[in-house]
Amino acid sequence: MLFPIYWMINASLQPSGNTLTAGIFPTNPSFAGYETAISQQGKNLITSLVVSAGTVVFSLAIAAPAAYALAQFRFRWINAALLAILISQMIPGIVIANALYAAYNDLGLLNSIPGLILADATHAIPFAILILRAFMIGIPPSLVEAARVDGAGLVRAFFSIVLPISRNSIITAGLFSFLFSWSDFLFALTLTTTQDVRPVTLGIYQYLGSEVSNWSAVMATAVLSSLPAIVLLLIAQKYIAAGATGGAVK
Amino acid sequence: MSTIERSSRQSPQLRPPKATLSARKRFSEENVAKVLFVVPAAVFLLLFFGYPVVKNITMSMQEYTTRTFFTGEAPWVGFQNYVAVFGSNLFVPALANTALFTIGSIAGQFVIGLALASFFRRRFPLSNFLRSMLLLPWLLPLIVGSATWRSILDQDSGILNRFLEALGLIQEPIPWLTSPAVALTAVIIVNIWVGIPFNVTILYGGLQDIPEELYEAAALDGATGWKAFRHITWPSLRPVVSVVLVLGVVYTIKVLDIILGLTNGGPANATQTLAVRSYQKSFIDFDFGVGAAYSNILIVISLLFALIYLRANRRAVDE
Repeated sequence: MLFPIYWMINASLQPSGNTLTAGIFPTNPSFAGYETAISQQGKNLITSLVVSAGTVVFSLAIAAPAAYALAQFRFRWINAALLAILISQMIPGIVIANALYAAYNDLGLLNSIPGLILADATHAIPFAILILRAFMIGIPPSLVEAARVDGAGLVRAFFSIVLPISRNSIITAGLFSFLFSWSDFLFALTLTTTQDVRPVTLGIYQYLGSEVSNWSAVMATAVLSSLPAIVLLLIAQKYIAAGATGGAVK
Repeated sequence: MSTIERSSRQSPQLRPPKATLSARKRFSEENVAKVLFVVPAAVFLLLFFGYPVVKNITMSMQEYTTRTFFTGEAPWVGFQNYVAVFGSNLFVPALANTALFTIGSIAGQFVIGLALASFFRRRFPLSNFLRSMLLLPWLLPLIVGSATWRSILDQDSGILNRFLEALGLIQEPIPWLTSPAVALTAVIIVNIWVGIPFNVTILYGGLQDIPEELYEAAALDGATGWKAFRHITWPSLRPVVSVVLVLGVVYTIKVLDIILGLTNGGPANATQTLAVRSYQKSFIDFDFGVGAAYSNILIVISLLFALIYLRANRRAVDE
């Protein structure tokens, strides 16, 4: 299962060239691939970083209040709303891309970072709402009531009580929002048309074009764009595991 | 919003004493605040899910091409785009490939996923760590997986062919991604690799929920190993299994990244699926009307499975 990942790292350390005659171990590690990758894809990596960070902030800002409302307020249409969120996760991305391309073209959002953030948030928001709600449903209402008795408004209680207790689930939702956005390929492919704003996933795709000329650079870029997932899995394992099980069912 | 309507409709009937009037005012203000919690999310879902779905339906009945972007005109053509889709000589192969790709991927992911999940059920040193490392293929950008597998499956110098040749299993290198005969299989193998972590995670969760006593009781009756699996594990896991399978279909049917990264729908259209067709019609041929028609067919299939999912899920909760 993990061999391809090892192979990716191994291939990235081979002296650059267009063949794949790599040995099983990088006995003679060369960082030429990384130099090429950073000089050619450095800007795209930063674009990806900015878009992903933006998606996290935007998605959490939208999802957290909604999740709290769906968990704690007694609205009549909660089941209908949850159903809509579930179904929205199942809508193929190409459907969204089709329509957004036309709309973005009119609005001037093609090739823009805000445009990509909004589109990537379609991966993140439904997921974040469900993850956060699953946690917030367990917050005892008495906690918030107590603050209310002391005169705090609904909004202040949300910020001073609900958000701090939900810290762990917010981290989980944020991490996944980041990874979803960082991994996004479809919106990068369809909603950007120039080199100006170009996430790194699209950079890799262009490398793959028809003939791959410099494998070590491709693999070095692949390694660099895997770093967020690898690092987060190592240092934030608990949050990732919570998201992996919590998000899929219910 | 119905909450506001309801409270204003009901309040005259309540006829509250004057003393609580200010309390009532606060009450309705509170309702407004409550509704404001969900308004941003509702607006976002409407704009980024509702609007695209509606727009795809109208687009699929229009001649929507590059010219539309200059002139703003998209002539109404009724079902002509659908006629073009169903009449296209790529439609049936794309539909068949979508079915093969989905069924092949799900079968592989599920069987291997279940085997790994059962394996991890026996705790051993580092089992938790290994299980979470196993999530990696799922967390990496799909296009990274595509790039890596492109290098592994490369016909002349890819490690897979070199390995198989060294073992003497093949004489000639297999053109994994360049021969129409094997390309779909290769793409399915890669997609199985991507999907295993999801299957392991959910199935492992399901296995953990089966009480240990059931196995102990069965062991007393002489049911162990395969028998225990058939009579205890499988029946208890059934609800989880249906959820995994249906979600798998919904996620697999729309896969685009892996196919575009590995083969771009080629060679000789051997890996064309409905999702790839939709993308290529809209964004390569700039024929958004036909592209939208393809994606609507995709939506109908997804919704069908979504309905099955909701029923399966409800049953899982009930049990």
